[in-house]
Amino acid sequence: MVRIIGFFVGIGFVLVMLFSLGSGAISYFNAPPEASVEHLYHKEPRELALASDGPFGRFDRQQVQRGLQVYTEVCSGCHSLKLVAFRDLRELGYSEAEVKKYAADFKTEVPSINPQTGEAATRKGTPADAFPSPYANETAGRAANNNALPPDLSLMTKAREGGAAYVYSLLTGYQNQPAALLKQFPASKTPNGLHYNPYFANLNLAMPPPLTAEGQVSYSDGTKPTVDQMAKDVAAFLVWTAEPKLENRHRAGIAVVIFLLFGTVLGYMAYQNIWASAKRKVALKGPLEPANQAKRSRAKAKAGMPPQG
Amino acid sequence: MSFAWAKPYEPKSELGRWFDERLPLPRLVYGAIGGGYPVPRNLNYFWNFGVLSGIFLTIQIVTGIVLAMHYYASSDQAFNSVEHIMRDVNAGWMLRYAHANGASFFFIAVYIHIFRGLFYGSYKAPRELIWMLGLVIYLLMMATAFMGYVLPWGQMSYWGAQVITGFFSAFPLVGEPIRIWLLGGYAPDQAALTRFFSLHYLLPFVIFGVVILHIWSLHIPGSNNPTGVDVKDEADTLPFHPFYTAKDGWFAALFLLIYCAVLFFAPNALGHPDNYIPANPLATPAHIVPEWYFWPFYAILRSCTFNLFWIPAKLWGVLAMFASILLLFFLPWLDRSPVRSGNYRPVFKRFFWILVADVLLLGYIGGAELTPLNTALGQLAAAYYFAHFLIILPLVSKFERPLPLPSSITASVLHGEDEESAPYGLAKSAPAAAH
Repeated sequence: MVRIIGFFVGIGFVLVMLFSLGSGAISYFNAPPEASVEHLYHKEPRELALASDGPFGRFDRQQVQRGLQVYTEVCSGCHSLKLVAFRDLRELGYSEAEVKKYAADFKTEVPSINPQTGEAATRKGTPADAFPSPYANETAGRAANNNALPPDLSLMTKAREGGAAYVYSLLTGYQNQPAALLKQFPASKTPNGLHYNPYFANLNLAMPPPLTAEGQVSYSDGTKPTVDQMAKDVAAFLVWTAEPKLENRHRAGIAVVIFLLFGTVLGYMAYQNIWASAKRKVALKGPLEPANQAKRSRAKAKAGMPPQG
Repeated sequence: MSFAWAKPYEPKSELGRWFDERLPLPRLVYGAIGGGYPVPRNLNYFWNFGVLSGIFLTIQIVTGIVLAMHYYASSDQAFNSVEHIMRDVNAGWMLRYAHANGASFFFIAVYIHIFRGLFYGSYKAPRELIWMLGLVIYLLMMATAFMGYVLPWGQMSYWGAQVITGFFSAFPLVGEPIRIWLLGGYAPDQAALTRFFSLHYLLPFVIFGVVILHIWSLHIPGSNNPTGVDVKDEADTLPFHPFYTAKDGWFAALFLLIYCAVLFFAPNALGHPDNYIPANPLATPAHIVPEWYFWPFYAILRSCTFNLFWIPAKLWGVLAMFASILLLFFLPWLDRSPVRSGNYRPVFKRFFWILVADVLLLGYIGGAELTPLNTALGQLAAAYYFAHFLIILPLVSKFERPLPLPSSITASVLHGEDEESAPYGLAKSAPAAAH
């Protein structure tokens, strides 16, 4: 009974799948889907090698510090960093005094209330504060940016396919729309107020190119602030903001893997030792042993099977 | 329990005797996973994945309980509290990554365990209930994993919850009210998040209970083995401890090594980047995909695009998806071959490997973008999935001629295949099982 019902249920589902396949095929041949402009012109991120890559990766503190400088002087005008606190900067090699000064000098002040009147006010940042957002709220952010809210950057390198390489590619990827694109898709001309960037999912991005000229930021460590370098540095910085505990993770990982390697090898030796008595010594080995072949053909004859195969 | 030659527990110390007379817990453990449980001597490494699944259930419960101490099930704080765990809680990043990747490795272990059962006929008499209890565990795991994925309240959490609870609205009349009742609202929000958290904390303990039933029912006939031939005498078995504890032990260390390599060096490889974006009910992600372990079923769901017999395609999809799991409950009666092990079933064996390839293909399609080619491949693969279990398997088991079975487990170890064994249920004497 189960098999009979099962058979008809099975036929039902197979039919649904095959009819779906057929109707899909018919509509495909009647109206073949046209390649979309995103499909043709979107590019995968360019390669980016950072010191934090790989199981032994550590942050290049100088680079991350430079990235912080780019964020402070360029990005922080529009983008928040809500999940990072000023105190976290200690991990980048800044002293307590430097962090205090950085927090106090940060161009956006921390929302607060006036202790006398209770009215909304702002105060200078302290190391305990998270990075304050440039806009008071989402509406303010949208109002100032043509209705495109600049996203928070704290987790950016984990929240996009491609991670740091994506950030780097996006920042250096602004260009004019290819002539071939305009010829093929005249309707896809980048609208006013948007900017063409092949690394962005739908190719047109509200953010104007943020890094435009060499020397936009002046580095104190002598590194040449080319656009490419600044983009790399800020990408490295955003790897840190997305996962400040990355170095702890790599360190702990190496220790755990070594420990488990020992455990596996010792466990395997114990297993071999314990099983030594249970794995019998077999006089006749393998199916190709003539005696075994004879046995097998006898067994097959008995079961009524052809001797070969 | 189990076989006649199973050694009874003998307390080694005065304290042990005192304890055993009052509460025979050591006796229970000895009989269940100690020297008192005889196990076929020829188990291969595919038999390690049951114990491994148990280890991962434990890892999930332990890490989960600590994570719950730091997590807020609130629709505007949940995302931030997860990041608080990642940044400010001592070793919180390790706990969270261990839990998130632990779910994936739990499913890897369970999938290998299930396919081992499929190949070696572990679902056949007298083990039907073990199989069905295992499927109950699997269903509970899926529910738990789904609700756990909602808790961080990222974009995929939110939209995954939206899509999965949307399944219920495919049913006519009652569907939409059921969906609203389950969510506690018209869309996932605070009410849904709180109840998902509550259930996500509860269900692992329910799983734990069913695992006990699963193991209890396993200990009646004892483990199946690669030949599928019943245990006949003591020479066919070895005590679980120390033989299989040693084998499980080293293999668990190896599996944990792979798990830890992913946990520490590629912790986000199995996740989706969109879940690091806070949930936004106003912005739908370009591609909503569930976690990888649901991909085969997601592919089956998306394969139905045709309104056949006046049933809308969406309802067909939901029915097909549920049916694809529920049909496994009937497997012991769909496959009527008395030979358990696929090693002795030449035709079955070929179809088995086609099924493995088919499920892998469905998994790929479920996670991939829907191009016309992918959709077509998914529909063919889904059709084969149902055909395999409901049409091919019953027919193969009827017409196939199995190879001769070894006369016993010991004989198969010694390559002494000159005497044949009867498949289950056909032996002249009753198999040496139970009591």
